[in-house]
Order: sequence, then C-alpha cells, then structure tokens
Amino acid sequence: MKLAYWMYSGPAHIGTLRIASSFKNVHAIMHAPLGDDYFNVMKSMLEREREFTPVTASVVDRHVLARGSQEKVINNITRKDKEEQPDLIILTPTCTSSILQEDLQNFVNRASLEAQADVLLADVNHYRVNELQASDRTLEQIVSFYIAKAKKYNNLDLAKTFKPSVNIIGSYCLGFHNTHDIAELKKLFNDLGIEINLVIPEGVSVNELKKLPKAWFNVAPYRETGLMTAKYLEQEFDIPYIDISPIGVLQVAKFIRRIENILNDQGLNISFDEYINLQTKFVSQSAWFSKSIDCQNLTGKKAVVFGDATHAAAITRILSCEMGIHVAWAGTYCKYDEEWFKSEVEGCCDNVIVTEDHGVIGDLIAKTEPAAIFGTQMERHIGKRLNIPCGVISSPVHIQNFPLSYKPFMGYEGTNQISDLVYNSFTLGMEDHLIELFGGHDTTEALTSSLSADTQIVWQKDAQNELSKIPGFVRGKIKRNTEKFANDRKIKEITLEVMYAAKETVGA
Amino acid sequence: MSDNLDLQKDSINFECETGNYHTFCPISCVAWLYQKIEDSFFLVIGTKTCGYFLQNAMGVMIFSEPRYAMAELEEGDISAKLNDYEELKRLCLKIRKDRNPSVIFWIGTCTTEIIKMDLEGIAPKLEAEIGVPIVVARANGLDYAFTQGEDTVLAAMAQKCPTLENKNIRTKSEGEDHPPLILFGSVPDSVANQLISELGKQGIKVSGWLPSKRYTELPSINEDCYVCGVNPYLSRTATTLMRRRRTKLIGAPFPIGPDGTRAWIEKICSVFNVEPKGLKERELKIWENLEDYLEIVVNKSVFFMGDNLLEVSLARFLTRCGMIVKEIGIPYMDKRYQGAELKLLQQTCQDMGIPLPSIVEKPDNYKQLERIREYKPDLVITGMAHANPLEARGINTKWSVEFTFAQIHGFTNSRDILELVTRPLRRNNSLQQLAWNSYTNIKI
Repeated sequence: MKLAYWMYSGPAHIGTLRIASSFKNVHAIMHAPLGDDYFNVMKSMLEREREFTPVTASVVDRHVLARGSQEKVINNITRKDKEEQPDLIILTPTCTSSILQEDLQNFVNRASLEAQADVLLADVNHYRVNELQASDRTLEQIVSFYIAKAKKYNNLDLAKTFKPSVNIIGSYCLGFHNTHDIAELKKLFNDLGIEINLVIPEGVSVNELKKLPKAWFNVAPYRETGLMTAKYLEQEFDIPYIDISPIGVLQVAKFIRRIENILNDQGLNISFDEYINLQTKFVSQSAWFSKSIDCQNLTGKKAVVFGDATHAAAITRILSCEMGIHVAWAGTYCKYDEEWFKSEVEGCCDNVIVTEDHGVIGDLIAKTEPAAIFGTQMERHIGKRLNIPCGVISSPVHIQNFPLSYKPFMGYEGTNQISDLVYNSFTLGMEDHLIELFGGHDTTEALTSSLSADTQIVWQKDAQNELSKIPGFVRGKIKRNTEKFANDRKIKEITLEVMYAAKETVGA
Repeated sequence: MSDNLDLQKDSINFECETGNYHTFCPISCVAWLYQKIEDSFFLVIGTKTCGYFLQNAMGVMIFSEPRYAMAELEEGDISAKLNDYEELKRLCLKIRKDRNPSVIFWIGTCTTEIIKMDLEGIAPKLEAEIGVPIVVARANGLDYAFTQGEDTVLAAMAQKCPTLENKNIRTKSEGEDHPPLILFGSVPDSVANQLISELGKQGIKVSGWLPSKRYTELPSINEDCYVCGVNPYLSRTATTLMRRRRTKLIGAPFPIGPDGTRAWIEKICSVFNVEPKGLKERELKIWENLEDYLEIVVNKSVFFMGDNLLEVSLARFLTRCGMIVKEIGIPYMDKRYQGAELKLLQQTCQDMGIPLPSIVEKPDNYKQLERIREYKPDLVITGMAHANPLEARGINTKWSVEFTFAQIHGFTNSRDILELVTRPLRRNNSLQQLAWNSYTNIKI
C-alpha cells in the first residue's frame, strides 16, 4: 500500500480510452463498476466536447461479483453495435475487473461472432502500466490489428505515395496543447513540401489505417504515445521514423534536418538549410528574443523543471541552451523512461529527479527557491503556496490548459509561445519582488476602511463569525448587501437572523 | 415509518431500467465530509482509478492539503503477498503523526470488496493498538451511487455515537416539552444553524446532529430519541438509527424548497404535538421573494436524468414553482424512507393540475437521450458527461452535481436552488440574439 494524495499519471484504462475515443467511430466499453466512467466527464469538460463521448460501461455490480458477468458484457457489446454501428468496439478492463479474472477475451471472441463491428480487448495490465504506457500500447494494438486484417484480406496498400509523405503518430484527445501542436506540424510539413499521409489516431477511421505503409516516413513527436506504433511500422515495413520532439528552435532544426536525411536516403536531393535559417530568424521570434536585452536579464536566473518526459526534457533544453537560464534540476514522473530522460537533459541542468511523488517535488522546490517553476498544475499550486511563479508546460492540467486560442508548443510558432510563457513567468516574479521592495500596494486597506466608515452598523459576534465562514471572494459582497438590507430597514445591529433574512430577501 | 402511504393506486408510475447511467462514485462523499467533520481524516483504500477520480472530481480542493488520501493498493496487496493489517497500520501511524486526527475513516472501495479485505475486522484491533478511532464505511461503486456514499459513512458513525448512562437526565430537561430530537445528514454549519433556528421558532430543540462539526462532539443517542433526516439519500442511516439504536424515525418530506421546509417542520411539530406558529406566513413570504425567478421557470419543462437521489425533492419543489416535470430519473428509490416526500410530490402534482411524472430507477442514459429527443424539455438536469453534448444540440442543461454542493436546505436557501435552475435559462435569454443554437452536424 502506498499513501497517495495526488498522481501525475492516471490509471491504465484512461490511456486506452484516450486512444479509442480519438478514432472516428470507435466505441469503448469499460468493464467497470458504477462511477468509473469519469473519463466522459473529463472529455466533455476539458475539451468542451460537443459529441457524446463514445465510451459506455458494462457495469460490474454486486450480481456480477456473485455470478460473473455471464452474458452481460456480450449483450452490452452487441447492443452498442446495433445502436451506434461503430467500426470497432474496444472492451476496456479496469483495475476492478482485472482482479475478477473473468475471461474477457472469451467474451470478445463470442461477441465478435455476432457484432458487425470488430471487437478487441485492450491489452493492458492495470497494476503494471500507467495511463501513458497504456495509450502507447493501445494505439499499437489497434494499428497492428488493422494491418493484419488488411494483410489477411489482401488489400494492404504498400506503394509509396508519389510525393514525399509522412504519418504523424500521436494526435489524441486530452493531450497537452495537442491539437495546436498537430496543426503546427501540418503547417511545417506543408512548408517543406511533404504531404501528410495520415494523422493518427484523432479523427481517423480505423478503415484508413491500411494506408499507413504508403508514407515515406513516420514522426512520433511525443515520447509517451506513438513510439511503439512507429517502431512497429519500422519493423513491419521498414518505414523510418523520427522521435525528436520539435519543441524549441534547436530541436525544430534538428527535426527538419533529420527529415532531410531521411528523404535524401530515399533518393531525393534536397536541403532545408535556407528554410531553417529564414524561419529561425524571421518567423520565430525566439532566437531574436534570446539575443535581446530582455533575455539578457534572465541570464543565470534559477529555474526548475518538472513534467512528462517529452515536455520536461524539451523545456530544460530551451531554458538552458537557448535562454541561458540556470536549471537547478529537471525532473519527470515518467519513471519507466528514466534513462532516456537522463541522457536528454545531460549537461543542461545540475541535477535530474525522477519521481512520482509530488511531496518530494514540493520539498525540493522549497529547498531550491527558484525564481520560476516550469511544471504541471501541481507545481503551479506548489508555486502559489511558496509565492514562486510557475509556467505550466505539461500534463496533468486543468481546463485552462485547453485554450481556445492557437497555442502550440511545437514548431516555429511554438517557440514564440514558449518564449512568452518563460518571459512572463519571470517578469511577474520580478514585479512581485519590486512591489515588495517598495512596500507593496497599500490601497486595498484604505479603500475598505473608507467604504465601511459611513455605515454605523454593528455586527453581533455570532453574525461576525458566520460572515467569516463565507469564502473570501464573496464575503465583501455579502457584507455590503446585508448592511444595505439592514440600513434600508433601519436595523442598527446585524444578528444571525438579520443575515438570514437578508439572504432570503435579496439573496445576500 | 408512520407514513406508509398507499402508493399503488392511480399514483406515480415507477419504472426500473438497465442501470447504464452516469454518476459519481460514492467515494466522492469524502470531499464534503472531510470539510464538515473538522477533526477527521479520510483514507480511501483503493486503486489508482479511485485516486484519479477523486483528484479530478475535486478539482482545486486537492491542492489545499485536504484531510484525505488514498491507500493505493499495489500488486502485492491484491495477491495477498503483503499483510493488510501491517500495511494499514503503517499508513495510519503516518497519518496520526502528520495530521493527528480525532478519527480516521476507512472508505472501502470496489477493490477491497472483491479481494474481501476484512476492514471491519481489522479496524477494532488497529484502533486499540494506535489509539485513534477508526470508522469503516463501504462506499463502493458495486453497491452505491454518488451521495449514497455519505449514507454509508453516517450509518457507520451512527453506531459510534455515545449513549447516555442515565437516560432520565436527558429526557425533557431544560424546560423541553418533547423527547430529544436528533437530525441526520451532512449540511454546512450555517445551513444547520438555519434549520435549528427554524425549529427553535416552533419551540423545538435539536439535541444533536449526525454528523457534528467534530467527531468528538457526536450526539448521544438513546432509545427515547426521535430522529429525522434532512437528505433524501440517507436510508441506510435511517435504518441503522431505528434498528441498531432503537430510535424513532420521523418520516417527513425533506427541507428543500419553502414547501418542503414547511412540510418538514410541520411533520416534526405534529409528532411532538406542537401547533406550528406562523409557518404559513413564513412560506408565503419566501415565495413572494422568489417571484422574479418564478416568472422564468413557470410552465417550463424539466427532465431529471438522475444521479444524486435529490431528484424527487427537487422535482416536487420545481413542480410547485410551476414547472412541468417530464421524468424523474433516480439511482435508487427507497419508497419507505422517501414515503412522505413521494406523497408530497403526488399532492403537489394534484394541486398544480399536472400529470404525475414517471420515476425511473436505475435509468438507462441511452434510452433517456432518446426520450429527451422526443420531449425536447426546456431544461435537462444531468451530469457533466452529457451537459456539453446536449447544449450543442440546443438543449438547456444544468449540471446536477452543483445541487449537492450548493446550499439548498431550508427557507433561507430556496433562492439558491432557483438561482441554479434558472441560470441556463437566464444565460440563454441573454444569448438569444445570437442565432447559433446548434453546434453539431447531427440534428437532435
């Protein structure tokens, strides 16, 4: 048993559901107790999703516990098959169902005889992998299933596209700034004259997956999700892949040079040097920003970085190599990817931290006292408590990290966004510091005292107590409304009764 | 249960569907109970799935050093390689050291049910060993929905309430002319004070409340006590108080809405032979103050998809407000515990001259969406999983969970209920000049 207050990555089935519900017309059925379909709320809220999330539960209740699921799972699969007519139904085990040890594969086999849709059992172990690993595996599982199917029916399309083309692997729901990143990548490939063969899994029908081998190469821009699929496609069809995350000026350049190499290996003779040069100097403002005197002021400032492997490594490199900021330590919660992370940030920070315990990170931040933090929502809250500004650079995130406006982290526009984020975090810290130096804002006190000075209303102790229990952000309003209510009725003393009466009458 | 009304004849139509519906896991009750019981610590013994749900559902609360945590089960726990007793002891000692609570609640989950972890057996031994009371509640998704989590916790607490050594001391002391009354159901302190003051106006004293502000202040409960619930989802607690603590249950409608509050007080008064004073006027006055909201809701139709068991009381209040209730979905319907509330619903429908709605227990969300397409209600009260997709199809929704977190009890808070109910209607009034009402390609 482990005492845990907070988790950086979710349980395995969340990863599976994120992949399944990213595809078009794929339905996931969770073998889970009532209340485990919380994924639907997240998708509907965080992504402000307009469609019903294609995830339902085959509910595990007391009866299932006593007698087993029997026909229930099969009936739920065939029912969804009729109702929604999906191309694929994925039966998703949860931590609860995995300890029941029912033969879910058997249910899947039986249901697929009856259902029009293909039926798969997600191959993930709840007690061994987390959300991110599960998403990687599920994507590979679906892709390999449909490649195998196409092979079987002999309609696999192996001919390469006429013009150079690419598959982007790793566009999926609930990813950190994912839709913006993918849009930015598409733009980048368009600039380079490379066609997009397929972007998976978001918005793609599983029937299109057989087109995957037509691409000249694959990119898996996120370390966490997509790499397994890229490796599988390399193994199966000898398609080269790029696993560089194009985040930051240097990495974008490296990413493009790798593309150049791959294309030249396949018989082209092209150079993207001029493109990189132009973009770096004139489209991205980031390189110029590093040179400007603003950024000069950031030199040697202390920062710490924590997040998933992809983002924490990328941001560490940007801070250290592109902006001259001193990264005291960089860390990730992707424990399973520890070695890769360490090798990526080598030379860019004093120390490397790999942990899933937010308490450890909190203590470490307090001890380090950086000028700014770059982390997840958890680090933002740690920063709030310690009065250190924080830029959010990685999941887990809140709804405000699903911005409506265009905010990629990848590509050349991404470099601009990141520069703004970094710069704003530090200047805010500076401002705070200066305010403190010059005695702070003292206007608040003066304003409140002058406002309450013209009322001669006395608050009885009970009422005062009650008022103090009301959350700070509405307390002032309730106080004013109650006093106005009392004033209007020539009441001189506010008791509990007066407070309640005010609420009943004017909603104070 | 004095109100055993005859619900069979001509009355409300009860249905039961497949139970394929969306609701919160009952462990969510820790979110409001840890705040209510100030000296408590809640330990949820479950898996990453439980933790993930809590951390996402509780939003910002998680960051404010909450007095709850997960005892996250690992593979060794599942396969019984590790000893449950030793593991729990290790965690509880750490909690005692870091937080020093007066009580530790163990919240059993689906996983502890399936692996048959004997929490009830371990607790008394460990309690004696570490010197902190341990209360065990099985708030799992195999058996319960959302707010029923509170029911399991209060039922467990009811057994921990002290008894008075000499019950004669208690009965009719301090000039009371009625036997002691204990109220049960977790409400914020200010709401509790409001309800106590309403009863006080009738000369009725509330001797105790389950739960109290602190675990150390749990009320004493004796055989001569009367008990009355303030929330509709507390049937296990009611049963425990009657059967295990031998108290007498006052079966009343719940004090939600001015009509419900008045009926609740009247019922308590009638049991104690007290003639209610000025209640009618008080209710009328509240209704007058609601006039601006009533104008918005009157004749509008509402559909409850059902996820928190407050549905019958809210539907009854909204019917009295002039709304037309199309369907009352509800996770679980205890016709005995909610008997008086059902009777009041029936009465209200007759008074308002509208047909009795169907009550759909264990609803099937998919079928409900088909009915919503057919009825096109003016308002759907539903969980967040369906809210945005329905809004995109031009259907107004109110997120149901807000009713469990808002202050909705008593005369004083009637405005708050209507504030919630009318919010989507008011918002859409102000958006009406924008012609975009459908945000999806599929017509509903």
